[in-house]
Amino acid sequence: MSIFEYNGSALVAMVGKNCFAIASDRRLGVQLQTIATDFQRISKIHDRLFLGLSGLATDAQTLYQRLVFRHKLYQLREERDMKPETFANLVSAILYEKRFGPYFCQPVIAGLGDEDKPFICTMDSIGAKELAKDFVVAGTASESLYGACESMFKEDMEPEELFETVSQALLSSVDRDCLSGWGGHVYVVTPTEVKERILKGRMD
Amino acid sequence: MSKAVVELPPKGGFNFDLCRRNEMLLKKGASPPSFRKTGTTIVGLIYQEGVILGADTRATAGSIVCDKNCEKIHYMAPNIYCCGAGTAADTEAVTDMVSSQLQLHRYHTSRESRVATALTLLKSHLFNYQGYVQAALVLGGVDVTGPHLHMIYPHGSTDALPFATMGSGSLAAMAVFESKYCEGLNKEEGINLVCEAICAGIFNDLGSGSNVDICVITKGHKEYLRNYRVPNTRAHFSSKEFTFPKKTEVLLTKIVPLREKIEVTEDGDAMEE
Repeated sequence: MSIFEYNGSALVAMVGKNCFAIASDRRLGVQLQTIATDFQRISKIHDRLFLGLSGLATDAQTLYQRLVFRHKLYQLREERDMKPETFANLVSAILYEKRFGPYFCQPVIAGLGDEDKPFICTMDSIGAKELAKDFVVAGTASESLYGACESMFKEDMEPEELFETVSQALLSSVDRDCLSGWGGHVYVVTPTEVKERILKGRMD
Repeated sequence: MSKAVVELPPKGGFNFDLCRRNEMLLKKGASPPSFRKTGTTIVGLIYQEGVILGADTRATAGSIVCDKNCEKIHYMAPNIYCCGAGTAADTEAVTDMVSSQLQLHRYHTSRESRVATALTLLKSHLFNYQGYVQAALVLGGVDVTGPHLHMIYPHGSTDALPFATMGSGSLAAMAVFESKYCEGLNKEEGINLVCEAICAGIFNDLGSGSNVDICVITKGHKEYLRNYRVPNTRAHFSSKEFTFPKKTEVLLTKIVPLREKIEVTEDGDAMEE
């Protein structure tokens, strides 16, 4: 059993026209037993930057706390929020520091950068960044997510269409993975608002 | 008397805090995750006026392609570039680190960086970690002493050659070089040969794929040709796009308007004395 399959997770982030969507499943399990169906995998770092952490839930929580700490220090020093590209470099450095004893997490970072340009990025557990222009996936359902996103993705989608695409891709992929699912949690972020929606999915 | 122990922040370098816990997990049967590798075909050759480096653009995690267009030619100095194969995090971290060290060295000495400096910094770091930092590199550049091309292995050994290939596709690329390389190639011939070698890797090695990136370095000038050739475009577009007329069922919606950024103007009233 891989350490990533201990808790189970599914995360996806997609780019639209001046907006982005980041979505996760809601299951928290201990191997094959489900212990929570409302687990929050995506956290807000600041108004225009979201972080999703897949993999071992304990490492995800510890890593999230460390990153919030570093971001708050940055805010105090620089008197502004961190840009998504800078944040991605910070996460990469923190993960690489533990190269020989890593955190068992795969982060997905999504944010709006300068001039409201959407930025998405994922990394492996030791901080190798993958900057994509269309979508990034992580978690136990990642193989199905790759397939679903690859076929459903279109360039320059408006927020409503982006929401539909991300939701359908997420729900269809977690249906093919035992360890993730039990609904979905989708954030669609545009320059003016953040829409958070909870999806109804198969509860098995 | 209570001892107040203030934990100092780490001074850089690797942190081994989680190793004991990870060992325990391994013993209990939880296998560690696979890291992102750049399966790769990377090549370099020396031509008439300088050095040409080439790389494919596929990154894999196990047998899944996780990035179809990643960058494997890393910047080291204005006149030195480095291609990296092996574990992606290691190649990125080690080239970034040596690039910063070279910049500091340039500030210190007020001179253009030399390829030998980059070579020594890379090989001593890799040897220090006895091959555990899995980065196999092709380093090329042109400095005051002329064009240089080196291969650096994960354990820290190096080779200096007129043409070099590394990565899982190195045999396919080397076959092309061995048959067609000669000294004194001009720029066009050099680029074509590098392109052919990378394409041999892309089409014959499963760990390499997608597009060809090329970097041409000459004395005082460099050209980074990202996606120089794109031999694998997606051909299977379906004419019927995905549409979802039956909308996704939503249980809860929460809308948070983002705060408007307030502009502070300077022409307020001055404070009264």
